[in-house]
Amino acid sequence: MGLRASSEISLAGTDGTTDADRMTHTIHTTETGETDETGDTDDMADMDDTPVMYVQSSVAGAAKILVVGPMGVGKTTLIGTVSEIKPLSTEATMSQAGARLDTKVRPTKTTTTVALDFGRITLGGELVLYLFGTPGQQRFLPAWKDLARGALGALALVDTRDLEASFDAIGHLEDLDVPFSVAVNAFPDSKLHSEDDLRSALDLLPHTPLVICDAREHQSSVKALISLVSHLIETLTEAP
Amino acid sequence: MSPPGEEHTTAAVRPYVITRGRAGSSREALPLETLVVASGSALPPHLQPEYRRIAEFCQGLLSVAEVAAHLDQPPAVVQVLLADLIDWGHIVARPPIRVAKRKRADLDLLRKVLDGLESKL
Ligand SMILES: Nc1nc2c(ncn2[C@@H]2O[C@H](COP(=O)(O)OP(=O)(O)OP(=O)(O)O)[C@@H](O)[C@H]2O)c(=O)[nH]1
Ligand SMILES: [Mg+2]
Repeated sequence: MGLRASSEISLAGTDGTTDADRMTHTIHTTETGETDETGDTDDMADMDDTPVMYVQSSVAGAAKILVVGPMGVGKTTLIGTVSEIKPLSTEATMSQAGARLDTKVRPTKTTTTVALDFGRITLGGELVLYLFGTPGQQRFLPAWKDLARGALGALALVDTRDLEASFDAIGHLEDLDVPFSVAVNAFPDSKLHSEDDLRSALDLLPHTPLVICDAREHQSSVKALISLVSHLIETLTEAP
Repeated sequence: MSPPGEEHTTAAVRPYVITRGRAGSSREALPLETLVVASGSALPPHLQPEYRRIAEFCQGLLSVAEVAAHLDQPPAVVQVLLADLIDWGHIVARPPIRVAKRKRADLDLLRKVLDGLESKL
């Protein structure tokens, strides 16, 4: 983080953090009676019913990590396992024209969307980490560009029953120059593979971490994230 | 309980009208992990309900992504409305903390993330 971010952190530290920061509100509660609008029933109808848990006011800013992989690989499960909020879902928009690799810069107003779910982890009271989970199919690449911008890195989930399904996601990360770590989700009917076999099947660079993970387990999922962040630190400290 | 179909359509279309097609336009989109919070400044009485709803929702700090998900609005629309509210001083933003390609600062950030994650084990 740059100088500016650091000074924001020290500033934020002075405005104090109370337990009230962490209290949860339900959206249907209107706190400010005077600004309450009457007859605005559409607003209520549109809202989802997940309680809102605000971020602590001491938090100076957010960082993000992507969780990527093919459909059904366990992205939402992993995000839910580590998140302090119930995972939320929304969508990322991309332009139709950009929907293919070979038509990079033709602007258009037609848009299409890609499902995006996300969770949140507050780290040490001054930083919050968002995990954005998104599928890896080729046609979603343009939506990834905005999402990937500024990401610390990505966790690429792999299901060994269908390794090829993970190729697109890993390829996108390489194309977009997002550093990543691979987490193999073990499913009951997964065959055992040696690490070497997996590495060569996925065509991983020797330094790319490969961990086995159960997305349903907290420890296991946090460790997968730790493997990624440790890798990011190593890359920085080893680089000339 | 549910409003007539016509009103429903209007409600769904309005945000697009209000953003005048700016969603997905050239203005750099507010990153989804930007944290936003109401500044506490009084909202003008004429403020359109789509703006008011967002401003009133942001009583505490939340990411742009959370605002969009909770209000069940497309992020592209919420990004534009929030950017306007920021311009008008009704919302303050805490920009994402990003890897700056400066080794020292990046290492500090990553170590903080690592320490934070390790404390969750
Ligand atoms: N055994 C096992 N099952 C898992 C694991 N991760 C996820 N599952 C199961 O696999 C199914 C799909 O998981 P999801 O988290 O919905 O997968 P996803 O990647 O979000 O899928 P999409 O949103 O469709 O792209 C669920 O039934 C999970 O319970 C894992 O690590 N081990
Ligand atoms: Mg999912």
